[in-house]
Amino acid sequence: MLGRLLRTCLAVLGLAALAAGPANAKVEGDTIYLGAAISLTGKYAANGEHTQRGYDLAVKMINDAGGVTVDGKQYKLAVIYYDDESTPARGAQLAERLINQDGVEYMLGPYSSGLTEAMAPVTEQYGIPMIEANGASISLFQNGYKYLFAVLSTTEQYLASSVALAAELAEREGRDPSTLTLAAAFENDPFSQDIRTGVLADSEKYGITVVIDDQLPPELNDMAATLAKVKALKPDVLVVSGHDKGASLAIRQIEEMRVDVPMLALTHCDSADIIGNFGAAAEYTLCSSQWAPTLSYSDDLFGSAGDFAVLFEETYGYAPPYQAAESAAAVQVFADAFERAGSFDKDAVRDAIAATKMETFYGNIEFDETGRNIAKPMVLYQVQDGNYVVVAPTKWAEAEVRYPTPPWAER
Amino acid sequence: MADNLQLLFDAPLLIVQLLLDGILIGAIFAVAAYGMALVWGVMNVINVVQGEYVMLGGFIAFQLTLWDINPFLGVPVAAVILFVLGIAIYYGIIRRVVDKDLFISLLATFGLSILMQQLMNQIWGSQVRTAQSGLSTWFLFDYQVTVSQVKLVAFAGALMIGVLLILFLKRTRLGQAIRATAQNPRAARVLGIDTDRVFAATYGINAALCGAAGAFVVMAYSVHPYTGLPYTVRSFMIVVVAGLGNLPAVILAGLGLGASETMAGFILGVQFQVAFVFCLLVIILVFRNTMLGRKRRYLK
Repeated sequence: MLGRLLRTCLAVLGLAALAAGPANAKVEGDTIYLGAAISLTGKYAANGEHTQRGYDLAVKMINDAGGVTVDGKQYKLAVIYYDDESTPARGAQLAERLINQDGVEYMLGPYSSGLTEAMAPVTEQYGIPMIEANGASISLFQNGYKYLFAVLSTTEQYLASSVALAAELAEREGRDPSTLTLAAAFENDPFSQDIRTGVLADSEKYGITVVIDDQLPPELNDMAATLAKVKALKPDVLVVSGHDKGASLAIRQIEEMRVDVPMLALTHCDSADIIGNFGAAAEYTLCSSQWAPTLSYSDDLFGSAGDFAVLFEETYGYAPPYQAAESAAAVQVFADAFERAGSFDKDAVRDAIAATKMETFYGNIEFDETGRNIAKPMVLYQVQDGNYVVVAPTKWAEAEVRYPTPPWAER
Repeated sequence: MADNLQLLFDAPLLIVQLLLDGILIGAIFAVAAYGMALVWGVMNVINVVQGEYVMLGGFIAFQLTLWDINPFLGVPVAAVILFVLGIAIYYGIIRRVVDKDLFISLLATFGLSILMQQLMNQIWGSQVRTAQSGLSTWFLFDYQVTVSQVKLVAFAGALMIGVLLILFLKRTRLGQAIRATAQNPRAARVLGIDTDRVFAATYGINAALCGAAGAFVVMAYSVHPYTGLPYTVRSFMIVVVAGLGNLPAVILAGLGLGASETMAGFILGVQFQVAFVFCLLVIILVFRNTMLGRKRRYLK
C-alpha cells in the first residue's frame, strides 16, 4: 500500500518535472514567437490597448509582406500576450512565465516606465533581449542593462524643447533669455519627476529663473493653489506634466481662473484629448510628443508617417496616438535585427539590435550603449485653430509658433 | 514657504481667491460626507466605497453628455440610479455584514470598491473624463479673483441637499425611523420599525448623495475610475471631526477642510497639501481624545 503510494507520488513528480522544462516556443515551424505582458486591464488599460494594437498592426504588415528572412528561410512573427493588470509585481511574474514556461527568447516591452522597470531585471537576468516602446524614464538606462532597448525618446527630453523654444523666442524679441522666469508643476511620480529634472537642467543652461516648482500629489484633483501663485508671479513660461489628469486639470483651471501666461507647455495633450474636451480653451498650448503623423519620416513597410496614420485609422477606427506608433516601430526593429543576425541565437540577436541603424515611419532608430534611441528628437505641437501643428524643432515645423499667448481678456 | 507668505501679504486678494476655491470644493466633500455619516451612524458600517460611488455618479453625468444631454440633469439622474444600485448592493452584500464586526464590513466595502473601480475601467476606460457644463466664470476685482459658476452651482446644490436631508430626517416617517434606528436598533425593532428596510433606505440615500456629488465633480473637476479614494478619505475625516448625526457640523467641517487644505497647498507647496490633511486629522483626534478625557474625569 505504502509502496504504491510512493510510486504514484514519484510518477506525479516526474511528470511535473517534465512539464516545467522550457517548452522552447521561441521558434516553432516557421513562426518566431515574441512575448509581451501588456496592461489590458487596470489603470493603464487605455494605453495598453494602443500598445497592443501597434504591435499587432506591425506583425500583420510584416507577415503580409512575406515575413522575416533568416538564413534564407521565411518566418512569420507572432506575439504571446499576457495581461499584467497594470501592476509591476504581476509584470515581473509574467516575464518569468514567458521565459520559463513559454520558452520565449525575445520580448516586447510593456506599457509605462513602472512596468518596464519591473520586467527589465528579469529579462536581463535570463539574457533575453527586450525592445520596449513605452518606458521613457531615464532611470531605466542608468542600470547598465545590456538587453534593454527603447525606440522612444527618454523623459529628460520631453519638455526640454519647450525651454529651448522659449529662449529662442526671447532672443528673437531682443530679450536676454536669462531674464525669463519659469513656473513648473509636475506630478509627484517617477516619470513626471524625470521630466522635471530635464526642464530644470535646461532652465539652468539658459539662466532662466524658476519661480515656482510645485509637485502635484497623484491624487490631487485641483491645481488652484499653484495657479493662484502663477497669477501673482506672472512667469513667462508655465510647464505642467501629470499624465492625462494633469493636462485636463491645467487647461480647465487656467481658463476658469483666467491665468495669463505667454507660453504654456504640457505633456499628454493628445491622450487627454484637450482639443475635444476643452475646444477653444486649448488654443496656443504647446504639447510634447514622441511622434506626429505629419512628420516626414518613412519606410518600406508602412510608407510615410501619414500612411501609417491612415492605415491605423482604417483598421481600428481612431487616429493613432504616438503610443501605437512607437510600439509598431519596436516590432520593426526586431524583424530587422533577425534578418541581420541571420540566426536565432539570443545573443546574436541582441548584438544585431545594438547595431541597429534604420529609418522608420516613426523616426530614425539608433541605440547608444545604454540602449536608448538617440536618433529621434521629441517634437513640440501647438494647438492652432483646433488642430495639433508641429512647431518645433524647426527642421520639422509645419507652421510658425503663435507667441505670446494673448491675455484672456482679448481671446 | 516664506516667499509664499510674503506673496499673500503683497496680494491679499489671493487669500480671497484661495478661500473661495477651498470652500467651493469643500462643499462637494461635505455631500459625500453626509452619506458616510448616515451609514456610519445608523448601520455602524464604515463605507469605504464612498469615493467609487462619487466617481460612478460622475461617469453617469459624463455618459449623458455623450448623448448630448446637459450634465446638470446628471445630478438627479445619477442620484436616482445610485439610489437603486445602493439598495441592490445593500440586499446583496451589506445586509450580510451589517451586524457583524466592524472589520468585516470594512473588508466587504473595500472589496466592493476594487470591483467597482475595475467595472468602471471596463465600461468607460481609464481616461480622465470631464463634462462641460457650458457655464462661464465671474470675475471680481478686475480679473484678480475668479469664481467659476459651475462650482458656485455645486456649492448651492450641496447646501440645498444638506437642508433637504435634515428636513427629511426630521419631518418624514422614514426619517424618524432612521433616527430611531440610529439611537437603538433593538428598541426600534421592538417598537415595530422594520430596521432592515431602514438600513436599505439609508444605504440607498448614501449612494444617491455620492452620485449627486459625483455629477458636480465631473463638471467642476474630473473623474477617473481610480481616483475615488481622496473622496473616501476626506469624507471619513469630515465625519470624524464633525461627529455622527450632526449634519450642520458636517457642512462646516467640509467647508473648513476645503479652505484650510487649499491655503496649506499654497503656503507649504502642493506636495504637502494631502500630508497637511492627514496631520490635521491626527491633531483633531488627539485633541478630541484629551477633551473627552477631561469630561470623563469631571464625571467621576
